[in-house]
Formats: sequence, C-alpha cells, structure tokens
Amino acid sequence: MSLPVGIPQGQSVSAVKPAARPAAARRVPWRTIVLTVVALAGGLLMITPFVWALATSLKPRGALLALPPQLVPAEPTLGAYVEVIRRFPFLRVFGNSALVAVATTLGQLVICSMAGYAFARFRFWGRDALFTLYLATLMVPFAVVITPLFIIVTRLGWADTYAGLIVPGMFSAFGTFFMRQFFLSIPKELEEAATIDGAGTLGTFVRIVLPITGPALATLAVLSFMGSWNSFLWPLLIINDRDLMTLPLALSTLQGMYPGQTQWNIVMAGTVMATVPTILVFLLVQRWVIEGVAGSGVKG
Amino acid sequence: MYERGWRRYGVIALFLGPSVIGLTAFTLLPILSSLGLSFTDWDLLRPPAFVGLSNYRHLLGDPEFWRTLRNTVTFLVGYVPLVLTTGLLVAVLLNASIPFRQVFRAMYFVPVVTSWVAVALVWKWLFNPVYGLINSAIGTLGITGPAWLFDPNWAMVAVILTSVWKDTGFVMVIMLAGLQGIPREYYEAASIDGASRPQGLFHITIPLLAPTLIFCLSISLIGAFQVFDQVYVMTEGGPAGATMVLVERVVANAFSYSRMGYASAMSWVLFLLIFVVTVFFYRIRRWQP
Repeated sequence: MSLPVGIPQGQSVSAVKPAARPAAARRVPWRTIVLTVVALAGGLLMITPFVWALATSLKPRGALLALPPQLVPAEPTLGAYVEVIRRFPFLRVFGNSALVAVATTLGQLVICSMAGYAFARFRFWGRDALFTLYLATLMVPFAVVITPLFIIVTRLGWADTYAGLIVPGMFSAFGTFFMRQFFLSIPKELEEAATIDGAGTLGTFVRIVLPITGPALATLAVLSFMGSWNSFLWPLLIINDRDLMTLPLALSTLQGMYPGQTQWNIVMAGTVMATVPTILVFLLVQRWVIEGVAGSGVKG
Repeated sequence: MYERGWRRYGVIALFLGPSVIGLTAFTLLPILSSLGLSFTDWDLLRPPAFVGLSNYRHLLGDPEFWRTLRNTVTFLVGYVPLVLTTGLLVAVLLNASIPFRQVFRAMYFVPVVTSWVAVALVWKWLFNPVYGLINSAIGTLGITGPAWLFDPNWAMVAVILTSVWKDTGFVMVIMLAGLQGIPREYYEAASIDGASRPQGLFHITIPLLAPTLIFCLSISLIGAFQVFDQVYVMTEGGPAGATMVLVERVVANAFSYSRMGYASAMSWVLFLLIFVVTVFFYRIRRWQP
C-alpha cells in the first residue's frame, strides 16, 4: 500500500476505473453493510436496559416521573448513589460476594478435579455404579434438594454464616463429570513415565497432570464463579444478617426498603453499582467466559 | 493409581473422599429426605407424621397446583421457542463475516453475566405502565401499552420477554460454537450448485446444527421448568397468581407456610417432568445416526 500521501484512496480508485465496473469490481458488500446494521440495531436494543438503568440512577427523584421519560437525564446527580452507600453496607456486601464466589470456585476446582481424576484413572470396586449415581443427581432439580438442605445446614449451625453460603456449593457432580471427561481425553503415557520414575499418584497428579489441565479448569472456574456470584435462592433462604448478604440478595431488599412507592433512582443506583464491576470483569476475561459457556454446551 | 495394598485405598479415599462425603451430605441425603418428606405432614414444629400418598392426592385436587402447572407451561411455551429463535438468528448473524463481531458478541452476551436480580429490577422499571421506557416507546406509536406486571394477562408475557432478553446471548454462544463446526466448503458447494442463501440455511445449517439445537432445546426446557429468580423479584407470583410457577410455589409452601411435606411432593412432580424431558432427549440423541 504505497499510495501517495494526500490522495484519498477512494478517489484514486475511481480515477483508475471510472464507472465501468462500479460496485462489483470493488465488491462493495452491501450484504455486509445490511448485516452490520442489523447486528448494531439488535446490539443497541440489548444494551438499552443498561442505559436506562444508568440514566435513572443519575436522576433526582422528581425527574423519575417526567413524561416522556428522559434517556439522558436533564440534571444528572449522584444523589441516589450517596443514598445507597449511606443506607446500605455496599462495600461489605461486595466483599461477601467476592469471598463466597472465590472460595466456592477454589473448592470446586480442587474437589472436582481430584474426584474426576479418580473416576477417569483409578480402577476400584463399585466405581461405575458410583459414577452413575453422580450422573443421576444431575437430573434432580434444586427445588427438590432445597428443603432438606436448608434443614441440614441449619442443624450444622451454618445458618447466617459464610460456611452456609460456601460449603454446600463446593461439591458439584457436574464439575466432577466435566473434569472426568477431560482427563479421559488426555493420554496416559506421561503419567506412566512419571510412575516409572517413582512418583506417587498424588505427586503425578499435581506435577504432571494439573499443569496440562488449564483449559478445563478455566472453564469450570468460570461456570462455578458465575453460578456462585449470581446465586439468589440459596442466600435468600440461609442469610438474614445484613452483614452477610451477597449482592443479589442485597439488591432484592433494596426494592422493599422504601415503604409505598419504590424509589427507582436508588434501586437503579444499587443495580448499576452491582452490575458495572461484573461487566468490567467480563470484558476483561471475555474470551474465557464465552469459551467456558460454549464448552459446557459442546461437552454436555 | 499405582500404589499397592492399603496405600491404594488411602489414595482412593484422598481423591474421592471429599467429593463423596460432600455430595452425600448436601445432595444425596437431601434428595432421599425430600422423597421421604413428601409422604409426611411436617410443619417444622412437631415431628413429621407419615401420611402416605396424601400430599400427592391433595396436589391433584388442588386448583392452585394446576394453575401453577399451567403458568409454568405457559412460560415454557412462550420462552423456549422465542429464545431458541433469537439465539439462532443472532448466532447466524454474528457468524457472517461482518466487522466488529467481537464487540457485537459482547453486547449480546452481557445480560448473561448479569445477575438475575439486577436484570429483573431493571425490567420491572422498564415495564412500569406509566413511567417506564417500554410503554412510553409504545405510546409514541399512538398505542396505549398494557399495565404489564400489574395485569394478570400481561405479567407472564413481561416475564417471558425479560427472560428471552437475558438468555439470548447464552443460546447464541452455544449455537455459534456449533455453527463454527460446519465446514465452509458445504456452503461453497451449494452456492456453485445454485442454492440461495435461505436454502443454505434450511438444507445445510439447520440439519448439521441439529445436535446443537437439540441440546439448546433440552437445556432451555429444563431451565424453563425451574424458572424462579425473575418471577420472585418481578411479581412474587402475582398479580392474582398469574405468574405463580412451580419452584416459586415449592419455596412458598416450604418457607412461608411451613408445609414441608406438601412442598416436597410438589418438587417431586417437578422432578418427574424434568426426568421425562431428559429421557426423551437422551433417546433422541442416541437415535441420531
């Protein structure tokens, strides 16, 4: 591309090839333009609710009832945010969500990868029956489990504790199944070589197997973290203490905090504060998240 | 697994022990207890009393249960075809060679990573009959929008639309993975043979995408049977019970009315429905050549 500086490319092309073969020669892909416009229109429609939430959160209370509603606030104010922070331990709630999601994810990674490895590589009596039982539990909806689980966790004294939020989520039949499938897909030769060198099973697992398990662990981590971070029903049942609330739970109480009419600017400010960090993290690790979700589908 | 003798069992216990203990305590034991509880009457105060099939008989004669079931099926019938269609269309759109594909993909996917509670709150406000953006947009066309979440005829429609918006990106990503597995040569060959683009969609894309479509259909059906978060935040089952759904009623019976046995029985009906769907799709997938 050594076009003389100062001559726009379009001009030079039309100068060389006048009107004879216009669109076809340059293959102006009208189809691409149409598809791009459609994709853009759909994409804008998808993010409109976020824009609406942001706009609402920046409005003073009086502007909420303006008709027609303003998508760009006339007199933006941070008043609603100040109010959320004043009335609610938002940083604390944020920390709770992060702690619970990280702990749950780490627990699942360790426990599921070890159990998955056992199912993939060990031979022992009853293995296949046990694995079938794992698969069978996958079909059971959470609604079946929830009543007795609540009673068990309460009896353990874990109501209103971090343990109650974290521990039941650390064990996943799906995660075990997922890791087993991965281990079955990698060749045994490396492990056998390590054994000949005298390494034990645990040493082989940690030093030889785990280092090549990265992609599967990343997928499981993404799914586990997203599940825990957005989990609502379980924290709703097990947590009453405001200091232990996770983000979704805290958000849901925001709408009931104001007797009578819900103050939507305050609710939306809370929603924006809860959502923006999630979206930023997603944009940073987008590739992993999307591959993780797609991977769960392909393997399922 | 190369250890011998008792060490062998030690290694098995080390790898499998935590998982087996945890899943027994927090999944298997609750499943069995729930099945047992469904044959009892228990209000958490007195010990459970065995009542046989009474809870199940009561369910079958309870108009609220049938209403709940009908609402759940209404949700499913509206949500599943819509979300599969939008997900497939967006996937086909973003599989074409257009600029900024990554940016578009992110735009469609953002609702998936957002928590249901946040989404439900935003849409509740969007659906506000007077001050919400949706009715205001409809109003510019000269039509008065419905009262949405306040109208028994429209509340479920609003819940369905919200759910479709949230899950389109999820279906899109799985469909995109499936689409990328179809070799481009097939389309080139078809186009040389004079096939149009819509013909390509129906004769190449959809047949080759069938396993992916079936997978998406089965997980969206199973998910739809268990719809809860959005209903709880947006309507709490209202107005006038128009959005009462199975999981929401299980939770309400167990934790608001302390009818543990009845709630358990209801949850086993839900399991039965999911079981039938799962077995059906398992057969379909095995039946495929």
